[in-house]
Amino acid sequence: MSATSNTVRFALPGWPWQRLLKPAVFIMALSPFIYLLHALLTGQLGPNPIDTLTDQTGTLAIRMLLISLALTPLRWVVKNTWPIRVRRMLGLFAFFYAFLHVGIYFVLDQQLDLAVLWSDLSERPFIVAGTVAFVILVPLAMTSTNKMARRLGKRWLSLHRGVYLAGTAAVVHYVWLAKGDLVEPFIYLAILLLLFAYRFVRLAK
Amino acid sequence: MRDWMKMAGIRSSEITDQRVFQKRRQLLQASVAAGMTGLIAGSAQAKSESVPINGTIIKSPYRAEEELSSKKTITTYNNFYELGTDKGDPERYANRLETKPWSVVIDGECAKPGTYTLEDIIKPHPIEERIYRMRCVEAWSMVIPWNGFSLADLIKRVEPNSKAKYVAFETVVQDDLPGIRRSVLEWPYREGLRMDEAMHPLTMLSMGLYGEELLGQNGAPLRLVVPWKYGYKSIKSVVRISFVESQPDTSWNLSAPGEYGFFSNVNPDRSHPRWSQAKERRLSGDAGGLAALFSSKVETRFMNGYADEVASLYEGMDLQKFH
Repeated sequence: MSATSNTVRFALPGWPWQRLLKPAVFIMALSPFIYLLHALLTGQLGPNPIDTLTDQTGTLAIRMLLISLALTPLRWVVKNTWPIRVRRMLGLFAFFYAFLHVGIYFVLDQQLDLAVLWSDLSERPFIVAGTVAFVILVPLAMTSTNKMARRLGKRWLSLHRGVYLAGTAAVVHYVWLAKGDLVEPFIYLAILLLLFAYRFVRLAK
Repeated sequence: MRDWMKMAGIRSSEITDQRVFQKRRQLLQASVAAGMTGLIAGSAQAKSESVPINGTIIKSPYRAEEELSSKKTITTYNNFYELGTDKGDPERYANRLETKPWSVVIDGECAKPGTYTLEDIIKPHPIEERIYRMRCVEAWSMVIPWNGFSLADLIKRVEPNSKAKYVAFETVVQDDLPGIRRSVLEWPYREGLRMDEAMHPLTMLSMGLYGEELLGQNGAPLRLVVPWKYGYKSIKSVVRISFVESQPDTSWNLSAPGEYGFFSNVNPDRSHPRWSQAKERRLSGDAGGLAALFSSKVETRFMNGYADEVASLYEGMDLQKFH
């Protein structure tokens, strides 16, 4: 994207903001993890910390995923490239929280019981949706380096378009599992649909 | 002093009589004190301070020989959607629930319908302590020392007739309850039991736990406890008990009929679309903190371990169909 002086909108001010962008986003994305760790170690997660941690890391993964999906349209809106510079980091944070979510579910909640995992997968579609989301994110995280991007060339782009599928599966997972109170999952669904609509409209132009 | 007043042009008659002054002072002190107590009482109520139950509590033979869940666990991890859907909401908003005065409408197919005050309902019954397992459909469980009495004893007092085949219950609806503003469920919350289930000696009306009056988050001031059924059957803050001829609507069944049946007996062999019911996480002792992360799950027992007492109620019934 060419950033000539008359197309630059909402550019970040010069140094030091340019340099602070990545560390600032990093700290913001990591802070919920620090908060949860602190709450866990000080016994503030309530009587059922496994459930609380599963919920919290799950929603964090979805939020990070939706934010990283929103950065591409944000680039078009602000007509500047700075959103793209934090996109990979936020995508990796989405994977980080998804990894914690899946790890807590399988190791702490189901206690590495493969039979239980299998029955969950065969009986509960929302577990399948969640698994699909996670399985898609794994190769994306593994190929996120510049080196891998160069090596894979055009295939890298098509591979990483899988993030749309992962986002959809993750939101479906959440809508499907929610009991009674559907406000939060539907907010995420609405955001997802909005992001798709924006891309679709842009593509159609 | 008088000199000073003279200089200032104040006449003696303008000065308040000493006795009148004292009286006013006392009045003022009294009202300030009253105000203070009011404030203190107010803040105490906001924290839902526990009130010990009056009179003796008889230890019932119904005692699960398992480690009790701590009072903290029982009062900070609740499902009471009228107070909010987060597990911590019921404790957070418990003071919004107005429990004084409280009355229960008893109506339908019985000889003594009417509006009964809480005292009318509780007073005639000796209060027992019963230690029951409580199994939530969300696959966690607690062990709770309830205080109360058999529902059957109240039912006998109001003399249901032969048309009374079911008992329907309703939870209070108050405008100040934060969860009521959103229609997560259809309010009022409703539950029901078949007459033989309601008359079973295990089924109890509870007004306390751990020897103290129920707090808002636990369904103050009066709730049902049916230990062999999933927790949502044990309806909280009951304001209506009706004797009816046909099976009453129940809230979770109305919300998702495929997931929540009328009977809702604890059954590890009937899988639920959200949670496997084979195991449960026992929130016993002072659950929470790091140790709780590695607590293992326990096998869920058929009828929550009360099959010896209640399985005969369902003889010949297909429990997969009538879940």
